[in-house]
Order: sequence, then C-alpha cells, then structure tokens
Amino acid sequence: MNRHRNGPITCQEMVELVTDYIEGRMDDSTRARFEGHVAECDACTLYIEQMRQTIVALGRIPAESISSEAEEELMAAFRSWRASTA
Amino acid sequence: MPEEEGPRAAAQGAGAPSDPDAALLTRLREGDEDAFRALVEEHGPFLMRLVMMHVPSRAIAEEVVQDTWLAALEGLDRFEGRSMLRTWLASIALNKARTRGTREGRILPFALLRRRYEEGGGPAVDPDRFQNRRGERPGWWARPPLAWEDPERQLEANETRDVMLKAIRDLPPRQREVITLRDISGWDAEEVRNALDLSETNQRVLLHRARSKVRAALEEQLEPKPEGANR
Repeated sequence: MNRHRNGPITCQEMVELVTDYIEGRMDDSTRARFEGHVAECDACTLYIEQMRQTIVALGRIPAESISSEAEEELMAAFRSWRASTA
Repeated sequence: MPEEEGPRAAAQGAGAPSDPDAALLTRLREGDEDAFRALVEEHGPFLMRLVMMHVPSRAIAEEVVQDTWLAALEGLDRFEGRSMLRTWLASIALNKARTRGTREGRILPFALLRRRYEEGGGPAVDPDRFQNRRGERPGWWARPPLAWEDPERQLEANETRDVMLKAIRDLPPRQREVITLRDISGWDAEEVRNALDLSETNQRVLLHRARSKVRAALEEQLEPKPEGANR
C-alpha cells in the first residue's frame, strides 16, 4: 500500500489499519493521521464500531463441551495411564 | 470518535506468567484423578471449540480432544512449564486436528492452503466499494457500510452465531486458529503467538484478515436490505 508518509489516509487504507489501531500497535504519527481521518468520516467511524461489535459478539459465543460419556471414557483412560506408570 | 483501547497484551511483561494450573499439575503428576478431572473441565470447552473449527463433526472433535488429553498425559514429563498448560494443550490439539481435518477431507493440506491464501493477502473490504482514481475522492467509500439492524439483539441470536462460526470455518487454517483463540477464547496476543509459533506481526495480520472477513459475513446478514435490487 503506498501512502504518503504525512498525508491523510483514505477509507481504503483505514480498513487495513483498523486492527493495528484496535490492538494499540500503531505509532503516534500514524495514529494521528488515522484518527484525523476517522474524525471526519462517519462511515469509517461506523466501520470501526462494527469491528468492535464483531469482537464482542465472538467473545459471547457460548462454550462447547465434551459429552459426559466422553469425559467418563477419558477418566477411564486416565486410570489405565496411571496404572501403567505406577 | 473511537477511543483507544490498550492491548490486552501490553499487560504482559517479560518472563512467563505464573500458570494457574501449577498446583493441579503437581497433583496430576502424583496420579490424582480429581486433579485430572478438574483440568478436563477447565480446559475441555476451549479445546472443543478450537478442534470443532477444524473437523467436520462433534463426534470427531470429541475423539481429537480425547487424544489430546492422552497425548498430554503421555508427554507430561516433557512439559516443563515454560508455557502455560493451556498453551501447550492448544498446540497438541491443533496438530491432531490438522492431521485429522486433512484426512477427513474437510480441508486442503495445510502447506497448500497456506501458500494459496496466506502469503498473497487480500483486502479487508472489496475494492469495488471504494472510489477509484476517477472518483471525486479516490480511496474513500463509494458504498459505505450501513448501520446494522438491532445489533445488540441480532448479534446474540443463534442464527447470527452460526454465520460467524461458518465464516470462521471458511477461513484459511492459521486465520481460523488465531481468531478462535483470540476472540472466542479471549487469549491475549502473546499467548496465541506462543501456541501457534507466530511472530508478533504475523499474529496481527492473521487476526486482521480473519476479523475483517467475519465482519463482512455479519454485514451481509445484518445490513438493512434495500427495497428493490439496489447494489
């Protein structure tokens, strides 16, 4: 991506930088340009909000678990492992 | 105006964090069954989630998770506690899941997929959605994102969760692994790097591609549908 070192960033660049921004891995000058763009661009503000909503939604996916049958099989396997190493 | 959020990883200083499982591990080495059960209950859910992203069915995922625990028991003497237990479990599980996923024909061989998708990159958003050089403001949105309909409720809906899980399953393996551990299991960047043996930049690039694609899948599901066939 060729972007001017000090020029404003575009929306197309913003969508590639958003993770660096959310992860806090952006140097000060890039961050200033990034935030400068976002301050005047409602669509990019919305885009960032949607990325955050995505992250939150992923974090709320309920846990999976193994069935109790599988867990009991595993406990049986543990007992034979213990017997073999004793 | 979005606020800057400090990265969770920033809290990680030098040196390994103390492993919350250290006491259970000591008891496990002494053959304590309750300790083993406690570990299985603690770490089983994230292992299932991780493995289910790689294999075609729950039954196979359960087998892979069981194999993972057995391999962990066999390898217990070699686990030196330089990483956290769950990091180590994740790497064992992923090795098994990749092999199994390939054998079941669900995914292409890892190396091939990696070459095909991951070195080339690919944009976070379809380039057609931005103005081209002849536009009034090249590189600015031509077709901007629209606010999602009722996101608080929709994002909790099972239907939407299925859309997210499907989007993740469709990712190349490394992206799938990174987003599962980072965003579904809530691990920090450092621990994911350790489990997957990735550089800091690589971890972030993979996460970026993965999140961008999941957002795009959600957009398709949640964006207000225009009246008529408006593109």
